[in-house]
Amino acid sequence: MSQHTLSVLVENKPGVLARIAGLFSRRGFNIHSLAVGETEHEEISRITVVVDVEDLPLEQVTKQLNKLVEVLKVVELDASSAVQRQVMLIKVRADSATRSQVLELVQLFRAKVVDVATESVTIEATGHGDKLTALLGVLEPYGVRELVQSGIVAIGRGPRSITDRALRGA
Amino acid sequence: MATRRTQQAPTTEDGDDVSETHAASPAPTPARLAEQARAKAPLEVTGAQSLVLSLEAMEVDTVFGIPGGAILPAYDPLLDSVKVRHILVRHEQGAGHAAEGYASATGKVGVCMATSGPGATNLVTALADAHMDSVPIVAITGQVASASIGTDAFQEADIRGITMPITKHNYLVTNAADIPRVIAEAFHIASTGRPGPVLVDISKDALQAKTTFSWPPRIELPGYHPVTRPHTKQIREASKLIAAARRPVLYVGGGVIRADASEELRQFVELTQIPVVTTLMARGALPDSHELHLGMPGMHGSVAAVTALQKSDLLITLGARFDDRVTGQLASFAPEAKVIHADIDPAEISKNRKADVPIVGSCKDVLIDLIESVDSDIDAGRAGDYAEWRERTAGWKRDFPVGYTEPEGSTLAPQYVIERLSAIAGPEAVYVAGVGQHQMWAAQFVQYERPRAWLNSGGLGTMGYAVPAAMGAQVGEADRTVWAIDGDGCFQMTNQELATCVINNIPIKVAVINNSSLGMVRQWQSLFYNERYSNTDLHTSADGSRIPDFVKLADAYGCAGLRCERPEDVDETIRQAMAINDRPVVVDFVVHRDAMVWPMVPAGVSNDAIQVAKDTAPQWDREDSEALEQDEDADNSEEN
Repeated sequence: MSQHTLSVLVENKPGVLARIAGLFSRRGFNIHSLAVGETEHEEISRITVVVDVEDLPLEQVTKQLNKLVEVLKVVELDASSAVQRQVMLIKVRADSATRSQVLELVQLFRAKVVDVATESVTIEATGHGDKLTALLGVLEPYGVRELVQSGIVAIGRGPRSITDRALRGA
Repeated sequence: MATRRTQQAPTTEDGDDVSETHAASPAPTPARLAEQARAKAPLEVTGAQSLVLSLEAMEVDTVFGIPGGAILPAYDPLLDSVKVRHILVRHEQGAGHAAEGYASATGKVGVCMATSGPGATNLVTALADAHMDSVPIVAITGQVASASIGTDAFQEADIRGITMPITKHNYLVTNAADIPRVIAEAFHIASTGRPGPVLVDISKDALQAKTTFSWPPRIELPGYHPVTRPHTKQIREASKLIAAARRPVLYVGGGVIRADASEELRQFVELTQIPVVTTLMARGALPDSHELHLGMPGMHGSVAAVTALQKSDLLITLGARFDDRVTGQLASFAPEAKVIHADIDPAEISKNRKADVPIVGSCKDVLIDLIESVDSDIDAGRAGDYAEWRERTAGWKRDFPVGYTEPEGSTLAPQYVIERLSAIAGPEAVYVAGVGQHQMWAAQFVQYERPRAWLNSGGLGTMGYAVPAAMGAQVGEADRTVWAIDGDGCFQMTNQELATCVINNIPIKVAVINNSSLGMVRQWQSLFYNERYSNTDLHTSADGSRIPDFVKLADAYGCAGLRCERPEDVDETIRQAMAINDRPVVVDFVVHRDAMVWPMVPAGVSNDAIQVAKDTAPQWDREDSEALEQDEDADNSEEN
C-alpha cells in the first residue's frame, strides 16, 4: 500500500468535511491523516488528506471527490515537489536530573519547549514524519506522558498557487 | 448567508405570475433559466411562499407528498397554487417512487415532499433508488426550527446527514432568503450531468420567516461542471478501434435513455452494422425488433447477448457501468475485448473494468461525434468488416431465443401472461416492474420498441417500486396506458398507493404475477439451498389461501379487480382491463409457482457458465462450437 497526499479545495460551508470523510469510509478508503483549514480566500477551505491506496483506487478516490458539488479542485502533491509538515506536542517526564538532557535533544531537533513544570517539559516539534518519529524515539526513554499530533499539511514548491487556479476555474 | 441576486431593473408587473408556459426541458441550464424567467421586482413573501413560487418558476406541475408538522407552512401556499398540483400519497416512499416514475417516463425532474423526521426517513429508499439508477428527482423536506436542530426535538432527524451517501447533492436551508437559489440549484444539479436525486431540507422557521422573492436567482456552483462534450482525440481513438475490430458489440446502458440518445444510437447501428445488447436499464434504447439487437446481457440475459459479449474483441460501452449483474465474475468477463467506455460520469470509467479508450461525455454527444468520425473512416475506405461476426451472433439469436417451458396441466405460465400483455397493450404503453422474477420476465418477454417504455428498479432492486412508480408515470404520461407488472410480494409493499390513484383519477393497471411466494428467492432456494423454502411462502394463492385476496383488496380500494387462472382466459382478461379507464385495475394472475427465470448465470461465476435451464448449458451445434474453438485458436495465434 502506498501513501498519497491529496490537497482538496472545497467551498467553506458547513457539512463539507462530513461529506468528504463519509465518501472515504463509504468507498472503503483508509485515511492516514487529515487536516482542514481556511485558505487565503475565506470562501475556500483546504483539506490535506493522506490516504493509503494503490494507484488505480487513487484514481477512483480523486474522481469520486471531484463529483462532490462543493469540491472545487483535487490535486495530488508529489512528495518530491511539495513541502509537508506536521505539528507534534509531546509532554515528556523531566526532573532536575534529566531536564538538561531533554533540552539538549530539543535543541538538536530544532524543536521548542512550550511549557515547563517541575516534573515535565512540553515540546513542540514541527516537521516531516521521519524527523518527528526520530525525535519521539530519543525522548521515549525519559517517559512520554502525553502525545498529540496534527494532521499533515502540504504545499507545492515554487511560485504557483493551486487556489488561484481553482478560483479562475470557478 | 445572504442570497446574492442578479441586479435587474424592477418591472411594473405584478409578482404573482413568475413563470410562463414554456416547452418542457429536461435540463435547464442557468443561462436558459435566466432567459426564460421574466425578471421580477423583489416580492415580500414568506419562505413557504418563496418555495412555492420557486417551484412554479421551475415549471413544476406535480408534487407527490404528505404534509406534517415541520413542512406545514409550505402546504398553505401550495393550496393556492394553480400551477403546481400536489398529489397526496399514502406513504412517503410512494411519493419518492412516484417522483421517480414521473421523471423516468417524461425525462423531466420529479418532485416529492415530506415532513421532518419519519416523513423524511421514509423517502430514503426512493432516494437511494434514484441515486443508483440516475433518476432526476428533487425531494423537499421540512426540518424542525433551526433553534431546535441538534436537540433531539420532536420529529427531528438529520436527513441531510442520512442522505449524503444516497443523493447527488443535498441542502439544509435555515435562511428563507436562500430558498430560490437552492431550489434553482437543486433542479440544475438533478437534471444535468449524470442525473440524480437532490434533497432540500428546509427548517420550519425559514418557511415561516418573511423574505423577498425574485427570480431568477444567481446559481452559485463553482465546483459543479459536468462535461457533456466528448474529447475529439478520444473519439478518433475510438473510431480506430472500431475500424480495426472484428467482433465488436455495442454494450448499451441506461445512460443512452437518460441522454435521449436512442435516435443517435439507431443511426450509429445503421451506419456500422454492429450488434447491440441493451442492459436492464436500457431496454427500449434500440427497438427489440431491430435485427442487430441481441437482447439483454447479464445474469438473466439472452444466450446471444451474453455470448456476444464474452466472445467480443471490442466493447463499445455507452452509458453502462459494468455492473456485477451484467459482468458476472469480473475477471472472466469479455476476456478478449478491448473496451471503449463512454459515460457522463468520469468515476464510472475504469471503475470495474479498465477502459482502453475512456470518453467522458453525454451519450448523445458521444454518438453524434462517433457517427461523424466513423462515417469519415468509411468514406476513406477504412470501414470495419464484421459480416462474419454478425452471422455468428445472428445464429446464436436464432438458435437460443429466450423461451420457457409450458407448465403441466392447466396452470398458467407467468411468462405467457407477460408475453400476451406485451402483445395486447403494445409498444406505446409504459411497463413498470417491481423486483424479482416478474421483473426479469417483464424485461425478457415484453417487446420494447421505444425508450422510456420500461421503468424498473435496476441498481437498488427495490421491491415495491412498481405501483407508486406507475402512478408517477401515469401522471406524467396521461395519454398512455401504464401497466405495473408486479409480484405478489412487491405488490404488498406499496399497494396503499392504489387509494391515491383512485382518488386522484390516475387509472394505472396492475398485473400481479401471483406465484404465492417471494419467487426469485424461492428460485435460489430451489437451485442452491436444496429446495428448503425458508420464509418465502406468501399464501397469496397456493393451496387455496388468498391472504390477502387481491381482487377483494382492489375492490376495497375502489379499483376494478379481476382474476385470471387459466391460459385460455388471459387475452380476455387483459382486454377487459384495457377497457377500464375510469379507475385503476388490478389483475390477479395466479401463475405456476415453480416457474423459474432462464437463462441464468449463477452469481459469482463466469458468464461462460450460462445455463438455459437447470443444469443445462446451451447446446451449441457442432459447426458453431468448432467455429468457437477455431476462433479461440485464431485469437491465441494473434496474441503470439
